[in-house]
Order: sequence, then structure tokens, then C-alpha cells
Amino acid sequence: MIVDIAIIAAKAFLVVFMVLNLAGVLGWVERKGSALIQDRIGANRASIFGFAGLGLVNTLIADPLKFLTKEDFIPPAGDKFLHTLAPCMALFPALVTFAVIPFGDVLTWGDRVINLQVANLNIGILYVFAMGSLGVYGIVIGAWASNNKFSLLGGVRGSAQMISYEVAMGLSVIGILMVYGTLELQEIARGQGTLIGEFLPESWRFSKAAIGWLPAWGIFLQPLAFLLFFTAAVAETKRVPFDLPEGESEIVAGYHVEYSGGKFLMFFAGEFAEIVTAAALMTTLFLGGWQLGLPARWLPEPGWLLWGAQIAAFVLKMAFFQFLFVWVRWTLPRFRYDQLMNLGWKGLLPLSLANLAVTAILVVYGVVGH
Amino acid sequence: MELIAFFVLALLLIASAIVVITNRNPVSAAVALAFNLVSIAGLYMVLDAQFIGLLQVIVYAGAIMVLILFVIMLLNLREEVKAHPAGTFQRVLAPVTALLFAVVIGRAVWLTAPSTFPEKTEGFGTAASLGKELFTRFYYPFEAISLLLVVAMIGAVLLAKRKLS
Repeated sequence: MIVDIAIIAAKAFLVVFMVLNLAGVLGWVERKGSALIQDRIGANRASIFGFAGLGLVNTLIADPLKFLTKEDFIPPAGDKFLHTLAPCMALFPALVTFAVIPFGDVLTWGDRVINLQVANLNIGILYVFAMGSLGVYGIVIGAWASNNKFSLLGGVRGSAQMISYEVAMGLSVIGILMVYGTLELQEIARGQGTLIGEFLPESWRFSKAAIGWLPAWGIFLQPLAFLLFFTAAVAETKRVPFDLPEGESEIVAGYHVEYSGGKFLMFFAGEFAEIVTAAALMTTLFLGGWQLGLPARWLPEPGWLLWGAQIAAFVLKMAFFQFLFVWVRWTLPRFRYDQLMNLGWKGLLPLSLANLAVTAILVVYGVVGH
Repeated sequence: MELIAFFVLALLLIASAIVVITNRNPVSAAVALAFNLVSIAGLYMVLDAQFIGLLQVIVYAGAIMVLILFVIMLLNLREEVKAHPAGTFQRVLAPVTALLFAVVIGRAVWLTAPSTFPEKTEGFGTAASLGKELFTRFYYPFEAISLLLVVAMIGAVLLAKRKLS
């Protein structure tokens, strides 16, 4: 009994700890990535006697010290309570969403079966969207409570943008749900364990030879859904090219213009935690989650070697997506607001509906799906 | 365990509902209402209806309340924060309405108090069982509602497209 509770508590702690730390390190990776892409040497000032330690000095000492020792300013004409509540509401959904994401297979330890997932909800993906839809409150409330024209503009932009892209995001995922036939994220990850060739009809010789060796990951079965989901995910995390709510060349810093010190750090960490969560979600939905992508006969017996490799595979795939976010951020310029709305409603939404229709036909005729 | 969760949620629900009514600041009231809606989602979860609970969060707290907040912010209601004295009409009507409401609620509680919940069926509250019910037993009502939503959507688009002359 006590051991069971301890295991659950350890998993929950591990996940929050990992998300927060990855978010911190990502802040450094972003600076390093920008330097790499702009062909300069960057983020090399914070070091102890010349030892920079892969950004650890930055993320563990320099960043927190700097943020937490700054004055925490609350605009006198703003709403004090809501101004303090907003950063918490921005950080909270990003931290709790990871609870339903499986970071490994079920492992057996003695006579205990441990599911490497904090909460095994049978509607996991809906939980992700529910928490994601709450993320907008931090921005809207923070923007309003600051009593500043620029932050209000940022908040209005942010809420319209997030609602618009949530629609396309939700619709693009339905294709994946239809193919794997479940709302449970652990089941979706497990469903990606086969190769495409194993479920294509026997008569499709050519297709079997051409793509049969690919693992049945979401990105291969639903390539369009992946593109749509990735675009919507970048927009939901409010990053370039969709960082209109911040848009510093137009509205100073948007919704967090009146935030300083620790509260700004919470917005900042919230954004990076959102990236970590989005990367983990895309790994689970489209890149096979913790699956190694090898045929079952090549895998070792279930044991610590296999489980360790699976967790490592999950972390590596997640790291790839996180770098992709940084890469996109420093490559593309910002959209104009009308372009943003046009892309969301006239581009992504019809495409995701078309993807849905095609997937439905394929599932009905038994080409894909379980 | 469920009882504790129920009382905590019910307390939150009533407290946030009181804040919605008493707070003069429209944004604070809207935030409290969002809190209220999430608490109701929690109540659904306690009743094992996880799917409905999460839909409540996604639809009401995540979309409708955000739109309400959006409109409040765009209108920038500064006047509403000031106190508006209630008229005689309102003063007379408010207690009457409250009494009427209390009678209706009291009657409902009185009638259903001794009854218990029906036995939980297999797969209760999951998306699969709900979908099965919607597409078999409640097929025609379901289609009628979706038609209604399409009509409402077309109406909204038409209203938005009409040029202001």
C-alpha cells in the first residue's frame, strides 16, 4: 500500500521535476540555438571560472538569481489579485498536462506492475485538450489586470489566436484517434509498435515492398495531420512565427509587458513548459511514443535493457521536437495578424476536415486502423 | 473519499457562484464563473462521468468563457464597476423570484431525496458508451441538434458578413 503510493508520488514528482528542468534548459538551448542559426557565439557569459557546464550555470544559478532578485512591480491602477493569479494560471496547465503522457511501457518490478504514466485516463487526449484550453486564461487575465493598452491588445490577440488554432489542433488529432481507435495515450503509443507492412492487405504487394518496412507511427499514417498539428502547436505555444500576442515591434511585449521578476519568470517558464509538453505529445501521437520503431523480433526480452532503451527513445524524440521548435523560432519571420487568422481558419481548418474525411474512408475500407 | 471530494467541490462551487454575483468587476466575475464551471466538471468526475467532465472544461471553461472574457475586455466596461442603485421594481421582484426559485428547488429535492442512483453499467461515462448511445438510441435528437448548430453557425457568419450601411 505505502509502496504503491510512494511509486505514484515518485512518478508525479519525477514528471513535474523533469518538465520544469527541461523548460529551464530549453531557455538556454534557445539562446544557443539562436547563436548557431545566426552564425555567432552566444550564451557564453554565465560560467564559474570558465566552466559553463552545458547551460547548467545559466539555468540553475544565473537565470533564477536574476529573475528572483528583481523588483516585483504591480501596476497601481491594475487589479492586484488577478495580476498575481495570472502567472500561476499560465504555468499550471503546462505542468499538469504531462500527467497523461506515457514515457515508457508497463514494467514489472518484483510482483508489481508499474505503468510509466502518472495518470492512466481512458480519455487521456481529451484531458490534454482540456488543460490546453485553460492555458489561455493566464494570458487574458494577466493582460487585463495590468491596466495597460499594450498588454490588453496582446491579451485580445492571444485569446483569439489560441481559440482559433485549438479548433484545427483538435480536428487534426481526430484522424490519429480514428486510426488507432482509442483516446488513451498509452494505447496509442502501443498501437504504433507494429510495422506498416503487417496490416496492409496481402494484395498490395508494391506498397508493402515500398513502405512496409516503416514503423506504423502516426507521422507515416497521418502525415498531413502531423503538419497541421505541428503548426497549430507552434501557434498554441505563442512562438514565432505566431508570437503576435507578444509582438514586441508593435505592442512592446504584449500581455506580459507589466510583469517583472518572479512573475515574468513564471510566464517565461510556462512557455517553455508548454513546448516540452507539446513535444512529448507530438512524440506520443506521431513518432511512436516510447516505441523503438524496430520489428518485434529484433527487440530484446522485456527487461531493464528494453525499458531503459524505450525511455531513452522517448526522451530523444522529445528532444528532437524541442529543437525543432527552437529551429522554427529562429528561422521564420512573424506573420501579420490577418495572415494568422487566414491561415488558421481558411488553411488549417479545411485541410484538417479534408484529412478527417479521407481518413474516415480509409478506416471504413480497412486500409488503416484497428 | 467521494464524499470528501463532493463537499470540497460543492463548497468551491457555491463560493465561486457567490463571487460571480457579488463582485462588481465584470472580469473578476467572469473568472469566478470559469472557476465555477471547472468545479462542476469536477462534480461530473466524482460521478464517474469523466468524458462529460472533460467536455465541460473544454467547451464551457475553455471556449465559451474565454469568448465572454474577450468581449468584456474589448468593451472595456469601466462604468459597470461603479455601484448602480437598484430600482423599486428590482427591489420588489428580487425576493419574489428568489422565493419562487427556492420553492422549485426545494420541491425537486423533496421529491428525489429518498431515491438512489441507478446501478452503474459496464463502461459507464466512457466516450465509447456515450457514442454508442448517441448514435443508436438518441440518433434523431442528435442529428437534429447538429442541424440546429449548423443553422446557428450559418446565421452567425451571415450576420458578421453583412455590410454596415
